[in-house]
Amino acid sequence: MGSESALFHLFGAIAIIASLLVIAQKNPIYSVLLLIASFGALSGLYVLLDAPFVAVIQIIVYAGAIMVLFLFVVMLLNAPHEDTEHDLEVHPLLRGGPLRAGALLAAALFVELTWALTKGGGESGGFPGAAVTSVAAIGRSLFTDYAFAFEVTSILILVAMVGAVVLARREPGTK
Amino acid sequence: MTALLIAQIVLTLFVFFMLLNSAAVMVYVERKVAAQLQQRIGPSLVGWKGVLQPLADIIKLMFKENLRPAAADPLLFALAPIIAATCAFAAFAVVPFGGETTLFGWLPEGIRLQVADVNVAILVVFAVASMGVYGIVLAGWSSNSKYSLLGGLRSSAQMISYELSYGLALASVLLLANSLSLTDIVNRQGGSWWHVLPRWYVFLQPVGFLVYMTAGIAETNRAPFDFPEAEQELVAGYHTEYSSMTFAMFFMAEYINMVTVSAVATDLFLGGWHGPFLPASLGWIWFLIKVSAILFFYVWMRWTLPRYRYDQLMAFGWKVLLPVAVINLLVTAAGVLYFGI
Repeated sequence: MGSESALFHLFGAIAIIASLLVIAQKNPIYSVLLLIASFGALSGLYVLLDAPFVAVIQIIVYAGAIMVLFLFVVMLLNAPHEDTEHDLEVHPLLRGGPLRAGALLAAALFVELTWALTKGGGESGGFPGAAVTSVAAIGRSLFTDYAFAFEVTSILILVAMVGAVVLARREPGTK
Repeated sequence: MTALLIAQIVLTLFVFFMLLNSAAVMVYVERKVAAQLQQRIGPSLVGWKGVLQPLADIIKLMFKENLRPAAADPLLFALAPIIAATCAFAAFAVVPFGGETTLFGWLPEGIRLQVADVNVAILVVFAVASMGVYGIVLAGWSSNSKYSLLGGLRSSAQMISYELSYGLALASVLLLANSLSLTDIVNRQGGSWWHVLPRWYVFLQPVGFLVYMTAGIAETNRAPFDFPEAEQELVAGYHTEYSSMTFAMFFMAEYINMVTVSAVATDLFLGGWHGPFLPASLGWIWFLIKVSAILFFYVWMRWTLPRYRYDQLMAFGWKVLLPVAVINLLVTAAGVLYFGI
C-alpha cells in the first residue's frame, strides 16, 4: 500500500506541476510538451486506479494523437515567443478585452470545481462506476446505460468536423 | 520465487541486448541485400564477408565529435534522440516472443517469454509507438534548420494520417481474437484448419494484414514512405544536424521500431510462435523465422520501390488506406456477429 500511495503522490505532483508550468511558459512548444507530461502523469494515476485501458487510451488519444496535431500547428506557425505587446506588468484581470473574460471564466471554473468537490461525500464515497475495469464491461455500459450520451457525442464531433471542413474550404474562384 | 525473479531480470536484459543487436544485424542485412539487388558486393572488408562492418561503424560513430548547432534549442536537441530510442525499446516490452518455458527444467515453474504480460498489450504497443514520433518531431524543431523542420513536420503529418489505418487494422484482429492481450491473440491462432492450413489470422484478415504492413512502413519511416528523411529532398530530414552517437540513436530507433512492427505483425497475423515440426518449447525459433521474413520483406521493399510524392502519400493514406481499413473492420464485425467466426 505504501508504494502505491507514494506513486500516487509522485504522479499527482508531476501532473500539477507540469500543468502549472504549461501556462508559465513563453515558448508554446514547451507548453505543449509539459501538457504531454501532465497527460502521462494522469495516465499513471489511471493505472493506479486499476484502469489500464483508460490509461492507455489517455496516452493514445491525448498524448499520441491530439498533441501531435497541436505540436504540428505550433511548429507550422513557428511562433517562438508569445506576443508580448501587453507586458507582464499588468495583471490579467486588469487587462482589457478577451483576457479579462478568460480570467473571469477561470475564476468561475475554480469556484465551481471547489463547490463540486467539497459537496461530494468525502474520501470514502466510492464512485458507482469504479469497479468497471475490463474493456468488455466498458463497452457494454457505453452502449447500454450511456448509449444516448455516446451518440450525442458522436453527433457533436460530426458537427465539428463539418464545421472545420466548411471553414477550411476555399470557395471556387477565390484564392 | 527468487529463481523466477532472477529469470525475469535476465530475460529483460536479454531482450534489451537482443534489440540492440538486432539493429546492428539489420544494418548489415540491409546493406548486403541492397548490394545484391543493385549487383554490388556490399560491405566485405571488415571480418568474414563484412559481418563486422556494423561494429566498425559503431566504433567510428563513438569517436566522432558530437556537434550541436549554435541556434539549436539545447534542452530539446538533447532530449529528442533519447525519446526516440526510449520509445523504440519500451514498445517491445509487452511483445511476447514464445510460449511458457522452464528453461529445460531449471525453473520451478514456467515463465513467459515476454518482459511484461499486460492485458492491454496491443494498445500499449500502439501508445508507445505514437509517443515515439515526438523524438522525430522535436529533433526537427529543435535543430533550428529548415530541412530538419520540414522533416519533423512531415513526420507528424504522416503519423496522424497513418495511425488511424494502423489502429483500425489492429481493431479488426481484436474483434476476431476477442482479447487485447497479445499472448491470448497468439494462443488463439494455434492448430490448423483441416490439418493443412494453420489458423493464422492472415487467412481471415488478408486485407487487414495488407493495411497493417503498409501503415507499418509509414510508421517506421521506411522507403517508399521515408519522407521525414528523404535524402534527395531534405539532406537527411529530421536528423540532418545530428552527429556521432545522437545520430546513431535515431538510426537504432528506426531499426528497432522495424523489429517491433514485424514482431507485432507476427503475433497478430502469422500465429506468433506456433508452427509445425518443432516442439512447443522451441516455438521462439518459428517466431524468429517469421520476424526475419517480414524484416527481409521490408528491406526488399525499400530497395525495390521508388519514393512516393508527398501529396500522393497523403492522398493514399486518407482516400485509399483509411476507407479500406474501415470497410474491413465493418465486414469483420458483421462476420463475427452473424457467423461467429
